[in-house]
Amino acid sequence: MIDRQPIDTYARQISDEKQTSVITGSTASTDKRFNALFTDYADPDSLRKLAAKIKDHTLHHLDTYLEQAEASLQRNGVTVHFADSGDDARETVLNILRGHEVTQLTKSKSMASEEIHLNPYLIENGIEVLESDLGEFIIQLDGDEPSHIVRPIIHKNRREIARTFQREGIAEDYNDDPGTITRRARVHLREKYMLAQAVITGGNFISAESGRLVLVTNEGNTRFGMAPSKVHIALVGIEKLVPTDRDLGVFLNLLGRSATGQQLTVYTEFISGPKDDSQPSGPEHMHVVFMNHGRTDVLDSNCREILRCIRCSACQNVCPVYRQASGHAYRSPYGGPIGAVLSPLLFGDRFPELADLPKASSLCGACNEVCPVDIPIPDLLLRLRDKAKRAHIPQPGDLPMTPFATLATSPSLWRTAMTMSKAMNHLPIQVAPVRPLQDWLGQRTLPDWHGGDFRKWLKARKEK
Amino acid sequence: MSRDTIFQKIRSALEPIKEKAAHPGFEEAMLISPVRTAGSPVEAFSRNFTTVNGRVMSTLEEVIDLLRAQNHQVGYCDPSLMETLGRPLADAGFEVRTEYCRENYDDYDFGITRATGGIAETGSIILDDAHTSDRLAALSPWVHIAVLSRAAIHPSVPAAIAHLGSSRNIIWVTGPSKTADVEGILIEGVHGPGEQIAFLVD
Repeated sequence: MIDRQPIDTYARQISDEKQTSVITGSTASTDKRFNALFTDYADPDSLRKLAAKIKDHTLHHLDTYLEQAEASLQRNGVTVHFADSGDDARETVLNILRGHEVTQLTKSKSMASEEIHLNPYLIENGIEVLESDLGEFIIQLDGDEPSHIVRPIIHKNRREIARTFQREGIAEDYNDDPGTITRRARVHLREKYMLAQAVITGGNFISAESGRLVLVTNEGNTRFGMAPSKVHIALVGIEKLVPTDRDLGVFLNLLGRSATGQQLTVYTEFISGPKDDSQPSGPEHMHVVFMNHGRTDVLDSNCREILRCIRCSACQNVCPVYRQASGHAYRSPYGGPIGAVLSPLLFGDRFPELADLPKASSLCGACNEVCPVDIPIPDLLLRLRDKAKRAHIPQPGDLPMTPFATLATSPSLWRTAMTMSKAMNHLPIQVAPVRPLQDWLGQRTLPDWHGGDFRKWLKARKEK
Repeated sequence: MSRDTIFQKIRSALEPIKEKAAHPGFEEAMLISPVRTAGSPVEAFSRNFTTVNGRVMSTLEEVIDLLRAQNHQVGYCDPSLMETLGRPLADAGFEVRTEYCRENYDDYDFGITRATGGIAETGSIILDDAHTSDRLAALSPWVHIAVLSRAAIHPSVPAAIAHLGSSRNIIWVTGPSKTADVEGILIEGVHGPGEQIAFLVD
């Protein structure tokens, strides 16, 4: 039996309820993005082409800019760390926390930390970690995984969340009004914020020139988390740099609009160092951990354009495959087209197991059209398919192509096969041991087979 | 050790790239939305700030009406803004404290702090730590009233970036704190204010 691709299998297993949540959510985000960009700019396309060039320039000079960023941050009083592997990154963060005797912290949403499963590691080592983004907080309560880059609980509906709150004692009664849910989280998390000794964040951008770390959130959780904390640790991928502050304008204009249709995310914070004498409050110690975790392997591949990504999720929202399958089908923190490219590359040792992801696409190209940094995702998917093929990684859904190749390279065999296969009209083809074919035929009927008729017609056709 | 390894890996990855992309350069005009910046900076700011559900006010009466309508009683006011808003509000019967006590962060219904600037294009207010008496005072109360001088409104995002200055912490606030995590439904007042007011002064 030739089976379905794993993503297909997953898409068939998820409940209608979950699929509705995902389709409704992602469709709405796609519409908002379009409206924001095309209302505000006459030619938004030129903006994303510009952003792509700036990112390419930065990546092609990454050694220079990383060195410059390090120097700028140090000049501002930030302690800079480098972590090559995921293990290095986890240990570095833990050592910093131990150095400051931190036992309790809040964490804002960070894809980098999801990549290396930072939370469970810190918790195992005796640190109390609280996710402060509403969606991530709910994920943490449920022991779930985020299924979307920007909206981690896009796959959950209000009823599930209300049940979670009741179960975990956040609320005494069941109430699934989104306003009430949010209010309850507000009250619960505030108390925790005030107790935290440290805050861990990601980083949306770092300007190499000034060493400014830019963090964007809508909820204000990062800001709140930093209010009582003495220590701020930012875990940042080495590709998150932009050359100058001026360049930040390009990316900030694109990020909010592409992600959620906002001209700017509500809180856009520029942090260039720990608290100095001019400030009444703020963390006294700031650490930036530059994490590699496979990024240099991507830089060394023919898919390096994917490192331009600013994690807006526009490609995920627009993708017809993601909409059907939801984010968990991609088996990594990154779902949708970005995940299909990034995950097999970033988690190199898991390549064989993730090599099916690039195949889960019709190459419709919508992901490239919405990408704020113009990543040619369909091209990269093809390159990765090629890589899997060359590595001889067998995958479910692969059709045996040898018989076809034999037929297609021999005209006489081809002719015979064409005529012979008219027999198919009388065979129950829907029971053929090819699951994708069965799926297809489950919803459609094939027209009668006319093998060889065209050749006959062409031959008999008189020249005019 | 990781540092050297990373730099080594980057350099070896970049080595085969023969034509390294140059920085494209750009005119700032390209980044600026003509629709959003139409009119004077104050007009554009007011329009865009209202679009993100912020409220623009310029008279004491407007502030009092809102606070009364929402039943707010106790607030914090940056001492340097007492003349502008704090004392008039106290005279109108509100309890106005000039010290923000972090232990009692939940006591405050409203917080009055200074905005160092605004961005017309996006309807954002700019808070600079060096000039904000307490960042929590602008975050924990349900209502945040940012006192903003009309002359401090930058026309666009690029202009605001050019004037970031040297403060260690600057934040642009574009409307009330919000989330759409639950079924994509917009809810305001998640961790920060549910009401964001820009109080314009000359």
